[in-house]
Amino acid sequence: MLNEFLQLILSGIAIGCVYGLVALGFVLIYKATEVVNFAQGELMMFGAFVALTMGGLQFMPFWLSVILAVLAMALIGGAVERAVIRPVLGQPIFSIVMITIGLGFFARGLASLIPGWGTLTHRLPTPYADQTVAFGELVLSAGHLMIILVTAVLCVLLFAFFRFTRMGVAMQAISQNQLAAHYMGIPVARVNTLIWCISAAVAAIAGILLAPITFVHANMGLIGLKAFPAAVIGGFGSIPGAIVGGLIIGIVEAVSGRYLPDGIKDVSAYVVLLAVLIIRPNGLFGEKLTKKV
Amino acid sequence: MRFLFKTSYNQDIRLFKDRITMGWYLALGVVLLVLPLLLGEYYLSQASFVLIYAIVGLGLMLLSGFTGQISLGHAAFLAVGAYTEAALSARGVPFLVSLPMAMALSAAAGLVVGLPALRLKGIYLAIATLAFGFIVEVTLQQWESVTGGSMGLLLEPVTLLGVSLDSESGFYYLALALTGLTLLILKNLLRSPTGRAFVAIRDSEISARSMGIGLARYKTLAFVISAAITGLAGALYAHKLQFISPEQFGVFVSIELLMIIVIGGMGSLHGAFLGALFMTMLPEFIAILREYLPSSLAYQPGLQPTIFGAILILFVLLEPAGLYGRWVKVRTWFQLFPLYRKGLMKREKSYVKSDRLS
Repeated sequence: MLNEFLQLILSGIAIGCVYGLVALGFVLIYKATEVVNFAQGELMMFGAFVALTMGGLQFMPFWLSVILAVLAMALIGGAVERAVIRPVLGQPIFSIVMITIGLGFFARGLASLIPGWGTLTHRLPTPYADQTVAFGELVLSAGHLMIILVTAVLCVLLFAFFRFTRMGVAMQAISQNQLAAHYMGIPVARVNTLIWCISAAVAAIAGILLAPITFVHANMGLIGLKAFPAAVIGGFGSIPGAIVGGLIIGIVEAVSGRYLPDGIKDVSAYVVLLAVLIIRPNGLFGEKLTKKV
Repeated sequence: MRFLFKTSYNQDIRLFKDRITMGWYLALGVVLLVLPLLLGEYYLSQASFVLIYAIVGLGLMLLSGFTGQISLGHAAFLAVGAYTEAALSARGVPFLVSLPMAMALSAAAGLVVGLPALRLKGIYLAIATLAFGFIVEVTLQQWESVTGGSMGLLLEPVTLLGVSLDSESGFYYLALALTGLTLLILKNLLRSPTGRAFVAIRDSEISARSMGIGLARYKTLAFVISAAITGLAGALYAHKLQFISPEQFGVFVSIELLMIIVIGGMGSLHGAFLGALFMTMLPEFIAILREYLPSSLAYQPGLQPTIFGAILILFVLLEPAGLYGRWVKVRTWFQLFPLYRKGLMKREKSYVKSDRLS
């Protein structure tokens, strides 16, 4: 009984890490540019498909194809920012929300039109598929373990990046006050593009990690809609908050799927979200948003 | 170009700007009245859909276009209206009673969403409404005793005061009358103090609050009215299709509803109608387009979302004021000819408009 419960929590944590990674992508972009990217899930989906296509070429090892896919997605993320987001910066939040929603529609449709991607479900071959790791009585699939490990490593890397590199500190400055950052000689526009690159790369990693579990298909980006509650629960501007939010959503989903009636699992994330918003309107780790004149 | 010299404040809040404008709208009204004589069954049915979408567009326009609150879950209100109407009409409640009840229940749902909305701003509100939309969609699927689950519900055509409106033209006139009524109510609302308060909140919450406008009260009110109007559209929608199921009220439908007002033009009642017309015609255009595409591409289910997404992106990028904004520009070009300047309608653009504390 206890083992079963722990098992449930562990798989919840693994899925929660993926939510957390997608939420991290939202938060990175939101913190720097105040744009909420509703297409983050679609970036993740594209990342998984690019990795699938690269892996399908068969002349390079799995790890190389993953790295190339992540780099390719970083380029795509930067290109999207330059083409679509930069022209609407400074416009009302509504325009920006609509444009990223449009991007999501477009990306999802496009993926199903590309030959070889289509509307079918694909399997991303990974060297660690079908393996399990046992910790005493608990058995964890290697895919789940990989998610948890990579998320932890990524968090440490991002923390180090924001803390110790010039570019990371510049990004923090932008997230506090763009105008002041601009006056300090930080190339704000270029840094914003770079943030989109990082965010798309993180999304691609999330997609590749998720691929062995849910498989690769054009609608896998809808998981982005689950990552929203994660980002909001953590407070939209907080990087550790995103991961914690993701973990909360993952665990709540796993537990409610097991012990509560059908259908509750699908909405549990949103119920938690609404509850948190009613109690703490700015999320658990959120910044205060009261505007002063 | 005509200039209107106003001599009293009452001129500012007239329903029609002047007699010529009034003439144009009367002419439009006459055309709409004789439309059933001009169009065949199919196109008349499409016209009814335009009217239903226009009612939703009006409701959403009040909330997003005039009060500045984003709702990504508006299909949920449509669903509440549609399912209430379905449940009541199945029990033999007459249309004149069930319609207000559908609106009332929808308004109650709006109140439920509006209450947390008081404390939420901008993007948090958008995501809260998204969550609400999801919860309603799943409830529709799971609460099988009332909603029929994913099997959906069947409805009879509308019976109004003993007369069955099962012909296309009958339903069209009903939809037209309700659209006209909604438009009149909204137009009156917007020129009343309440409507001005909504617009003040949209333009600046701080200055609205300084002017003594209770943000909480007016934001909730906007949600309630908007939800009631959407519920009305939902009831009509249910009778029009005579079959409703949860997929018709999913989150993507909410986004298509938002597309109505974004493409039509935010902050104008005209925009709701233009957007509704555009969104009804778009699938028709895509159907025509399919004939010219290679068959490997034409029958992919992904074609429609791709085109929808591309159109949405292009509108926000190139014409943020929507179809109505474009029409105003074209009209001004003709009125000022040859003196139109390129930057005449240019919007003020700030580098970044921060919601943050600084």
